[in-house]
Amino acid sequence: MNISNQEYGELVKRHSPPSALYKTVPMAFVIGGGICVIGECLLNLFAYLGLDQEHAAMWTSISLIFLSALFTGLKLYDRIAQHAGAGTLVPITGFANSVVSPALDFKSEGFVLGLGAKMFVIAGPVIVYGISASIIYGIIYYIITVFQGG
Amino acid sequence: MAVCEGKTFKFSNASIASFASVAGKVESEGPYGDEFDEVLDDNKGNADTWEQAEAQLQQKALKHAMDKAGLCPEKMDLIFAGDLLNQCTGSSYGLKEFYIPFLGVYGACSTFAESLLLAASVVNAGYVDNCAAVTSSHFSSAERQFRFPLNYGGVRTPTAQWTATASGAAIVDSSQKPPFIRAATAGKIQDMEVSDLNNMGAAMAGAAYDTLSRHFKHMGTHPENYDVIITGDLGQVGSELMYELFKRDGVDIEKYHKDCGLMIYDREKQDVHAGGSGCGCSASMMCAHFLKRVQSGELKRILYTATGALMSPTMVQQGGTIPGIAHAVEIAFK
Repeated sequence: MNISNQEYGELVKRHSPPSALYKTVPMAFVIGGGICVIGECLLNLFAYLGLDQEHAAMWTSISLIFLSALFTGLKLYDRIAQHAGAGTLVPITGFANSVVSPALDFKSEGFVLGLGAKMFVIAGPVIVYGISASIIYGIIYYIITVFQGG
Repeated sequence: MAVCEGKTFKFSNASIASFASVAGKVESEGPYGDEFDEVLDDNKGNADTWEQAEAQLQQKALKHAMDKAGLCPEKMDLIFAGDLLNQCTGSSYGLKEFYIPFLGVYGACSTFAESLLLAASVVNAGYVDNCAAVTSSHFSSAERQFRFPLNYGGVRTPTAQWTATASGAAIVDSSQKPPFIRAATAGKIQDMEVSDLNNMGAAMAGAAYDTLSRHFKHMGTHPENYDVIITGDLGQVGSELMYELFKRDGVDIEKYHKDCGLMIYDREKQDVHAGGSGCGCSASMMCAHFLKRVQSGELKRILYTATGALMSPTMVQQGGTIPGIAHAVEIAFK
């Protein structure tokens, strides 16, 4: 080779276009924000129908998860996500999509070794580290309250 | 330090008797959509799974090629075939019903050039009368194996490439009719220490440069001696990097270069980022477009260099890099 790998790495960086942030960031904001607006509407709707705050919030989450699973099954979620980026990844709908999409995909290898085994292939690490973080947070919180004499 | 130069094989008795291509829906909507022999309306065809669909692609491509050459499976001597899936699923399952002696090859996206090189070698040596080279790739089966589930809302980076749903088959014999396979250079495994799974073009550009440089040197040729120098699927990023590497030697290859990954889709209208990839990408573009033009004499001498990223997802997860490889096959009208 007529170039060192280090020098080549520099070349690669120069020739690899970055994401078009001027386009992707506003799109993520608009679509992600849109999902949150739908969530707020649902929350108000459930409150209007007479549910208390806690139940209204629960039904809002359930509705959003259902809609995300439905849109994933209709092959629409990933199309929206191509434009939305983090806008569809961050809300609870993104989590639902990450569970439903492998479930659909790996159904072809059977319900146990396919769907069952692969369903959490993307969401699994989020759950593992999410729960671990919450436990550590809980311990720290407990220690602080002990010292505060709470 | 002395570097292994390898050898360029020169053939006097290998021509391509027939060739055929099959492509998926997105590919048929690209600029060369009407040149494929068969186009699938539905990428799953009548199969139950994506892997079966890919196997059918190879089966169809070889069938078309045999029909064109007027050959039945009993008259075929050998097949070299490969694809991107583990255990070369597309090839072994797609070609099993032909009952033709079969040798599976894996060279990632360089597999079609590797198969052509091997086919030309055994025909030229007189071991067989004819030999097929077949490869395929399928967007959906590749995504499932290498990336994310199909309906997962992950975003591709601008340097990522789109695996083509396509297959190409060529039958090599000694019929002394164009297109002739005149020479071939086997590639070396070239690790440029790229570890970004979404930048395969960068991982392969060094291999393309190395193989092409050695081919030019051994043949005593320069880029201007060829009507066109075709790379497999370097895509936008890889192509630019290859130009940069040649520029350092004072060679301008850009004028004569075309990349199948950049041709197969309309990158303005189709959301494929840095271009197409997969063994089926260059195989189908060769069989649908370039070989026809060499056969008719419109192109007199071409150099086909398929590039492959010899990527192991396991090694990359373990912090490894992505080695590249490229094989060159020189095809001529005379």
